Amino acid sequence: MMRELYKKTKQLFPLGDLTEQRHDLVFVSIPHPFLSSLLRHLRDKEGFSHLVLLTAVDWLERGEFQLTYLLCNRSKAWDMGVRVVLPREGATMESIHTLWPTAATYQRELKEMFGIDFPGSPGVNDDFILEGWDDIPPYRRDFDTLKFAEARFTQRPGRESLDPAQHMAKHHSDGS
Amino acid sequence: MNFEWIQIPYSLLTLFIVINYGLLLNAFIAKIAARIGRRHGIHLFQNHIDLIKNYSLRTSITHGVMFYLGPVFRLGGGVGLLLFVPTLYGSEMFSNLSFSGDLILALYFVFFGALGMALGAGESGHPHAAIGVSRGLSQMTTAELPFALAVFSVSLQYQTLSITEIVSLQQGGFLNWTLFTNPLAVAAAMLSFLGSMMRPPFDVVLAPQEIPIGPPTEYHSSYLAMMQTNRTIFPIAKIVIYMNLFFGGAASWPVFFLKVFLIYMVSVFVGVVFPRFRVEQSIRWFLIYAVPLGILSILWV
Amino acid sequence: MKKELEKRTIKGPDGFEFEVDPLTDYYCDLPPTVQTPAYTRIIESFFNWARSESLWILGFGTGCGAIEMRPLMTPRFDAYRYGVQWRPTPRQANLFVISGYLSVKTLKRVIRSYEQMQSPKYVMGLGSCTINGGMYWDSYNTIKRLDDFLPVDLYVAGCMPRPEALLAGFQELKKIIRAGEGEGANEYAKRFEWYKKNQKRTIHDWDMPDYNW
Repeated sequence: MMRELYKKTKQLFPLGDLTEQRHDLVFVSIPHPFLSSLLRHLRDKEGFSHLVLLTAVDWLERGEFQLTYLLCNRSKAWDMGVRVVLPREGATMESIHTLWPTAATYQRELKEMFGIDFPGSPGVNDDFILEGWDDIPPYRRDFDTLKFAEARFTQRPGRESLDPAQHMAKHHSDGS
Repeated sequence: MNFEWIQIPYSLLTLFIVINYGLLLNAFIAKIAARIGRRHGIHLFQNHIDLIKNYSLRTSITHGVMFYLGPVFRLGGGVGLLLFVPTLYGSEMFSNLSFSGDLILALYFVFFGALGMALGAGESGHPHAAIGVSRGLSQMTTAELPFALAVFSVSLQYQTLSITEIVSLQQGGFLNWTLFTNPLAVAAAMLSFLGSMMRPPFDVVLAPQEIPIGPPTEYHSSYLAMMQTNRTIFPIAKIVIYMNLFFGGAASWPVFFLKVFLIYMVSVFVGVVFPRFRVEQSIRWFLIYAVPLGILSILWV
Repeated sequence: MKKELEKRTIKGPDGFEFEVDPLTDYYCDLPPTVQTPAYTRIIESFFNWARSESLWILGFGTGCGAIEMRPLMTPRFDAYRYGVQWRPTPRQANLFVISGYLSVKTLKRVIRSYEQMQSPKYVMGLGSCTINGGMYWDSYNTIKRLDDFLPVDLYVAGCMPRPEALLAGFQELKKIIRAGEGEGANEYAKRFEWYKKNQKRTIHDWDMPDYNW
């Protein structure tokens, strides 16, 4: 089971607590300097051959970015998410494109959307989907998307927005 | 060759009849294909409308002289092929401009349009046009090879290069047709026919999914309309040659329409049944199956 | 500005060095001109009828609504019977269906494709996103009003409209064209400056000529 895998791996790496989402999906955290050696170990020794995704969460209040590397062990159908936490100011992370070439695309996207730098990752500074972007990265939570949209685009007058909860309550007044 | 001025309006009449017949025939075949797929399919006059629409567009862009001449050559090839071949046997009106050596001229015209197309597409500046054209030309060259061999075989058999004489020698019952007197040549020519009709399995050079539709990618408005006109004339003109050489010709318009339709349907049926060949596969197929048949037919005569 | 679009010196295969300015050498940037309707009124309305009955759509799915166009080719909806068909190249197309939300990156490609289409040409906005941004009204990356950037002949509202709505839209568009009101290309030529100003306000890394065909 994955708990045994966790115990075994914990003897080698300074892993944080284990979060068991399902019997085949767990999350662990690790200080970021150890990340690439842990991923290499999981890939080569434990059969986690597939990088499913690499994504980030902006913890604005804590001043941190959290990166999640989701790995998959195909033969056992296990998924393991590895979380690392970075300081939000000048966030820089080691690139893992040497482990999985596809990671370069995720890292390019994270650079553009969150401003997290991955030095050495191929094409990390190229435009991904935002061409000619000149504001702060849009997925950062301190980016005000409505204000930006009002300033950049012209709205058509006469648009109405309804709050879904109130709208539905009005039309189903029996309270069901 | 006795030339008379009255032949020119007569030829134009032939052209008019053939264009309309070709447009309707294409629409009809598209309709059949649609009905097989339980669709209504295009309107029977949709091809006419598309043609008018393309001629009526207001702007067009040029890339130089050859870009203009490409479609002109192509249409010239189709029209020339049609006009130098007798459409109806024994008819003063519809023998067009045929003369004693017209078989050789017809062979030239078959290739003429494709060459003009190649030059025009090359000038469009589309980076893939050259690839598309070379693919198309190489497939066409191998497809025409068995046809040329069959034509030699037939002209050896009848000891003439005049299509009118070849037709007249086939009269008097269908057993006199080349189909029965020289079956090998007809077999080789029919295989070549499949390749030159631009229908599956040999239409990969024109397929929209291919290097965006190959040579015609950059052609638009009236250029495209000219090429569409040629696409309706050329197959009919080609079938007219086949009909004259191998299937006893036609003495009246109803017989003409019927025979052209039936010969056209050969390629349609084959196309419905077989999936597309890649270019190198079709070249190999022609060289292995069709060319030896053509050589055999010459030896057999 | 992308590196391959900058002015530079190139050494040809024959050893001859020459200067290349891709933006002026590779593209033509002659602004569009107003094309007057041809000949007499009768011929023009005949042409308009032919144009309306032969709508060739550019096969460019710009947003999620592109998925509503595919069923139109199937036996169930069969748009071919209305004279509608799809072309793989902008030069042979007359109708541009902007299918759903339009991101700024796609807008750039849409403008280039639209300008390469031959006049007269028509634009159809599909879905609420092209009208007022729809559910992306506060998004940082999708445009809110399509008619700021291209002359739109017709909107089909909905999120997403069903294929039937699209078919009804084609029929409406045919009426517009037949009435001689499908003059979007001339509108674009007349208000060219205004359209360019809007386009450049939204597209910040403008690295193409002002007009290209």
